[in-house]
Amino acid sequence: MIYLDNAATTKVDSKVVKKMLPYFEKEFGNSSSIHERGLKAKEALENSRRIIANSINANPKEIYFTSGGTESNNLAIKGIAFASRDANKENNHIITTKIEHKCVMDACKWLETQGFRVTYLNVNQEGFIDLKQLEGSITKNTILVSVIHGNNEIGTIQDIEAIGKICKKHGVLFHSDACQSFTKTEINVVNQGVDLLTINAHKIHGPKGIGALYIKEGIKITPLNHGGGQERNIRSGTENVPGIVGFAEAVKIADKKNIPKMEKLRDELIDELLKIKGTKLNGPRNNRLCNNVNISFKGIEGEAIGGDLNDNGIASSTGSACAERNLDVSYVLTAIGCSHEEGNGSLRLSLSKYTTEKEIQTILKVMPKVVQRLRSISPYGKV
Amino acid sequence: MYSEKTLNRFRKPKFSGEMKKADAVGEVGNFKCGDIMRIYLKVKNNIITDIKFKTYGCVAAIASTDMICELIKGKTIDEANKLTSKEVVKKLGDMPAVKIHCSVLGLNALKEAIGNYKKKHKKN
Repeated sequence: MIYLDNAATTKVDSKVVKKMLPYFEKEFGNSSSIHERGLKAKEALENSRRIIANSINANPKEIYFTSGGTESNNLAIKGIAFASRDANKENNHIITTKIEHKCVMDACKWLETQGFRVTYLNVNQEGFIDLKQLEGSITKNTILVSVIHGNNEIGTIQDIEAIGKICKKHGVLFHSDACQSFTKTEINVVNQGVDLLTINAHKIHGPKGIGALYIKEGIKITPLNHGGGQERNIRSGTENVPGIVGFAEAVKIADKKNIPKMEKLRDELIDELLKIKGTKLNGPRNNRLCNNVNISFKGIEGEAIGGDLNDNGIASSTGSACAERNLDVSYVLTAIGCSHEEGNGSLRLSLSKYTTEKEIQTILKVMPKVVQRLRSISPYGKV
Repeated sequence: MYSEKTLNRFRKPKFSGEMKKADAVGEVGNFKCGDIMRIYLKVKNNIITDIKFKTYGCVAAIASTDMICELIKGKTIDEANKLTSKEVVKKLGDMPAVKIHCSVLGLNALKEAIGNYKKKHKKN
């Protein structure tokens, strides 16, 4: 199987698995316990926290482990919303974008039912927000700006440094969901002015079920989980030590050299696929995640393309309505101005450090045949 | 997610294609919902002697239209008109719940074609 669905999840690196294994049967202790086993777990936990903190230029005590990206985003948005409103009931406005991950979108929609007001910023055809619209949307009631760093569908990388500056100028907190961009582009929470940052392990060849939220020191946040007071009372629940150790190892072995390698394969894939008639690139050419390709094919539907690719041993993804549980075209593609036909005909191929030139060549051989076959079945296949 | 029967139909549809001198054509759907089905009929003495389809849509959409074609070939138009989505899905060896509407849409295209045939026939 040629696996090109790395934006969904990645293969766990064998080095990561190896690091994790002792923490299941040997060093299985609860990091809150006071005995030897507990201390060993605590040591592993704090060592991992340091590695992850260093990778984004944060202080270890600013890293809070969670169950993953969804929980980190929920904690950031709801936690800041409640803590801010508790401080002053007029603090009720949040700014986000129309291309956030579903968990940010739905957390914001839910907060609207709890009396908060949310502004969803537009994006241009390449998926970039307008910094002037952002600044113009900030009011005296605004508490938080949440903008996804690297978009999971179309790969757009927002200028978080510029966003950070605007937020700082107006005294508004800035959260960014960096699950897709983490280790794939530069992140430095201090230089870029990020107050809260969501990261996770399974997008970077680490295990599923583990993530972290960076919360700048001094920021008040209301916890969502109440209980044993782990993670400095912000996230109760026994820490997932094997997961945390694996997460840290994935961060440690992430090699910057893989970025240009993936970029080269990505560009080759984009350039060659666009040679097929009736195709269109979704997302930008520059400031794009090094592993994201998203192309729309005229006259055919994405789930069917994915079905044919699967038959050819290639794993892909689509923003088509047919592949969605709610039978709607991807709202991200809609936000960048894609028509229903373009949205339904979209295909996402997401690379990893394991993707090879040979695999790209295989896809480029298979793809025209798949497109031609499905177009021959389609009533609108003549392009 | 899909049964082997559905996948095989999708991989090798038996009835996909156009028909130059069809006696009736029916088309339903739009790009918004993600499925467009067009069915061509050849009718002789009230019997469907030949049938072709063109489908823009997902795996389930393509497989169900092809199955519909197979189930009604050689049937009278009244028999064909009675075909239900349940029968189509059963023949395909079940389908995810969210995909059942694909088979309904295919049947709507068939009914549209039959309706068009009947209208034309009355006038003549």
